Amino acid sequence: MCGIAALQLRNPSLHPQMGSLLSSMLCQIVDRGPDSAGLAVYDTPGLVSEGTATLSLLGKDQGLPVTDITAALAALLPSAAAAVKVVGDTTLVSAAVGTGLLVKAVSETLPQATIIGRGEHVAVMKSVGHPMEIAAEHGLEAMSGSQGLSHTRMATESAVTAGGSHPFSVADDLCLVHNGSFSNHATIRRNLVRDGVVFDSDNDTEVGARYIASRLQQGDDLETALTNLGKVFDGFYTLVVTTADSMAVVRDPIACKPAIIAETDDYVAMASEYRALAALPGIETARIFEPEPGKVYTWSL
Amino acid sequence: MVTLTAPETAHTSTATAGTASAGATLIDGATLIDLAGSSVRDLNQALHQATDGQAWTVKTPGGKHSLAVGIDADIDVTIDGHAGYYAAGMHQKGEVTINGNAGVGLAENIMSGKVHVTGDASQSAAATGHGGLVVIDGNAGARCGISMKGVDIVVGGNIGHMSAFMAQAGRLVVCGHAGEALGDSIYEARIYVRGTVASLGADCIEKPMTAEHLDELAGLLAAAGRTEDPADFRRYGSARNLYHFSVHNSTSY
Repeated sequence: MCGIAALQLRNPSLHPQMGSLLSSMLCQIVDRGPDSAGLAVYDTPGLVSEGTATLSLLGKDQGLPVTDITAALAALLPSAAAAVKVVGDTTLVSAAVGTGLLVKAVSETLPQATIIGRGEHVAVMKSVGHPMEIAAEHGLEAMSGSQGLSHTRMATESAVTAGGSHPFSVADDLCLVHNGSFSNHATIRRNLVRDGVVFDSDNDTEVGARYIASRLQQGDDLETALTNLGKVFDGFYTLVVTTADSMAVVRDPIACKPAIIAETDDYVAMASEYRALAALPGIETARIFEPEPGKVYTWSL
Repeated sequence: MVTLTAPETAHTSTATAGTASAGATLIDGATLIDLAGSSVRDLNQALHQATDGQAWTVKTPGGKHSLAVGIDADIDVTIDGHAGYYAAGMHQKGEVTINGNAGVGLAENIMSGKVHVTGDASQSAAATGHGGLVVIDGNAGARCGISMKGVDIVVGGNIGHMSAFMAQAGRLVVCGHAGEALGDSIYEARIYVRGTVASLGADCIEKPMTAEHLDELAGLLAAAGRTEDPADFRRYGSARNLYHFSVHNSTSY
């Protein structure tokens, strides 16, 4: 199955409640995917800051003490104020340089590290286990932010591992979560690998994320990239894609996988099931609708 | 407010009477269950022990799944808010009204009685329904009436793709538009659509509207409380090329 809950806050006065609202949504989709889970939060103070690149690394233990990692990064990136922080089961590395440079420095310092999130706005956290425990371990409830995305996974196409959890964040501030399965992902993966794309996992959704990133790099906007995905990918999917300032939802044309959207002046929320939206403020008067099959919906902050 | 001490169900097990008294109150002749404090299991158990003529109101449904399923008494159940998956499934008697939207599989396998949704219904509404009437004032998603076997469905808005797939018997009325592949592999169900049809499925064709069909449609619209003119609808049904229709079986449908 898999469960998705995503929230874009239009009203800045709701930003302090982002974590608690997303947590209440997540709680209702646990049944859909109790294997593992992941979170992406945007513009959360204490995790990211504008003008500074932040990388999210899988796991709290990178095989080196935090002070050693910080020192090694400081040596590689002098006067970039490199900082390392462990949040739950995630290591966040930041420095006042471009993301590309920081990736290089981190890869040199921690060659085994898996980068699960990158950008100036997003922090990505994922782990194996009960989704609410993962959320609690990372302190989601108290997080403020502009957007949040969560996914609970019932694995079908690849093993239950933290690396196979969603979201997949493979370009700056870009995240993708998926309910469903791609059936031709191996073919598309081979084509992307031929173009020089490097993969972190065997997961089918990662192929979708890498494909979107590659389309965006070639100049597509988010909507066009998702339309192109619909032409190339076969299988079942409800996808949510977020960028630094936008959110998109698309379902495959057969629309086996559920999705429901609630929109008010204050927020846009998307979830696999209505019950995840039921506790949102002002839901009684929200515009509630199911996204139509094969249609790309986007909202920008 | 009066705490319900379950007068009608006093003869049943004490455990059940206990749950009913814990979660239900009686207001204006209707028994009220608030799902903010009661479980769906308690609600359904109480409804299964209800007796003909009772009225029940469900508050704070919160999109929970399997609300008011398997009702087998002539009762009126009103759900105030949005329901989750499989609401009013296996409905046998009485009427369920959902003042809001319904999730996947509304009134799945309904046998008789009536289910009414004032908002939208998600996909597979009234799937495999054998009888009764399902009224959706808003839109219905994909696969509405899939494999219907005698249920009548009236949709005020649009329906999604693959609706009435392998529909065997019953009537599907759509006041708005129909999505792709309407009535694919249809048997003897009848479909009436007022708006456009994106495409017809295999073996589904448009058929002439005769006086008999106008009468039938008028009756269905009236039963659903709608005011559309039957003359504005077109009728669709099986070309009977895909399955072996025998006129000897015509009364079976």
